[in-house]
Amino acid sequence: MRPVALVGIGKTPFGAFPDRDLGSLAAEAISRCLADAHAVPSQVEAFYLGNFAGPCFVGQNHLAPYVAAACGLTGIPATRLEAACASGGAAFCHGVMAVAAGLYDIVLVAGVEKMTSQPTPRVAQILASAGDLAGEMRAGATFPALFAMIARRHMHQYGTTREHLAQVAVKNHANGARNPFAHMRKEVTLDTVLAARPVAEPLTVYDCSLISDGAAALLLAPLERALEFTSRPVRVLGVAQSSDRLALQDKADITTFEAVKRAAEKAYRMAGVGPADIEFAEVHDCFTIAEILAIEDLGFVAKGEGGPFTADGGTAPDGRIPVNASGGLKSKGHPVGATGVAQICDLVEQLRGEAGARQLKRHALGLAQNLGGSGATAVVSILSRCGTP
Amino acid sequence: MKPWEPHFGPGIVYTETVVHAAPEPFVDEAPYQLAIVELEGGGRRTVRILARSEEQRVRIGDRVEFVELREGVPYYRKRP
Repeated sequence: MRPVALVGIGKTPFGAFPDRDLGSLAAEAISRCLADAHAVPSQVEAFYLGNFAGPCFVGQNHLAPYVAAACGLTGIPATRLEAACASGGAAFCHGVMAVAAGLYDIVLVAGVEKMTSQPTPRVAQILASAGDLAGEMRAGATFPALFAMIARRHMHQYGTTREHLAQVAVKNHANGARNPFAHMRKEVTLDTVLAARPVAEPLTVYDCSLISDGAAALLLAPLERALEFTSRPVRVLGVAQSSDRLALQDKADITTFEAVKRAAEKAYRMAGVGPADIEFAEVHDCFTIAEILAIEDLGFVAKGEGGPFTADGGTAPDGRIPVNASGGLKSKGHPVGATGVAQICDLVEQLRGEAGARQLKRHALGLAQNLGGSGATAVVSILSRCGTP
Repeated sequence: MKPWEPHFGPGIVYTETVVHAAPEPFVDEAPYQLAIVELEGGGRRTVRILARSEEQRVRIGDRVEFVELREGVPYYRKRP
């Protein structure tokens, strides 16, 4: 397997854009990405698109060639990957593997979702189709309900408090307020989170990520060709994908995501680093409790210590391991298929030192964790500035 | 009972939530309580809790019993 580099990134802002369709969002992110890499469409040899539910949200299917054609990419293999909220991460993982294996040199990866054209109960229903339909969803579960049940159990087993969960939202909103591409650029207080409208107890609306429109794109190349495109290439040190059962009731312990642990172990091994080496991370905070599980399952803290560590500022921008300096899904927004790709863009901005007001002091080695459903897919990626470590 | 047939014996609440923001088919029923129940005979099942008042809602560790199946969904209630 040959080393792979990221040579271009591009994103749209995340938000509710009633006058934009799925194709135009994807095309904007891709055109920004190609411009960032000083590349033209004819150089792209293969295209991987992460998208969860375009056919349900906007009615269009066969999305990879649809998006490719809108961007002037015709005649190349164009493949859509669906892995619920990890669709973007899965597209990235498969794009990296194709370049690493030598199948192609220049590969474009994008993620897109257009969600806000549907009313919220319909969105909840479409999202619920990524869960176990015959069991938990038929009984009336939603994703907030599943994560609420995870939160209750985590509180029961480890003493995590309602305030610990709220601290995740307070931190990520503070970070997102400094991100011009974030959906909700607004700081919130602990009291606001606690007193907000309940969604699924104990989670309030401020524990949940946002329903957003948006797209993100990346250009990959073999490391040996990276300087043809950019003076600031970023190296993909490790990337791994894993899976697990869909239904929570079928998991031995719902306070841990086995797929995240397995993907992380593999990615750490590939990269030749451990959790203590990681300087900053973007993790999948679809709900506040999900960030607490993530920092535990990735090995940043011991199981059960995620809540107190967050409350003590350990994951703040000046903490031991800054998490979601971008604002996370919580504040930045969560256009499902775009999320995993946007997390990689956010790591690249930090690694290049181009994150503006969000720039972290230590930014040589970063990790992204993208989760599908209630843990049935996980993708973990580790990136470094070239020349490190 | 054959091993592949679902069983709905009594059990203990493993976790629970009260859903306020319901998906499309259940909007009129919200708020309602969901639980994952650890069955006495082994295994876990996602169920609805029958609760007409706050006191009838369940918490982790509560003992619950099967009441009925409605459109394939098992409904449970707190054991007196």
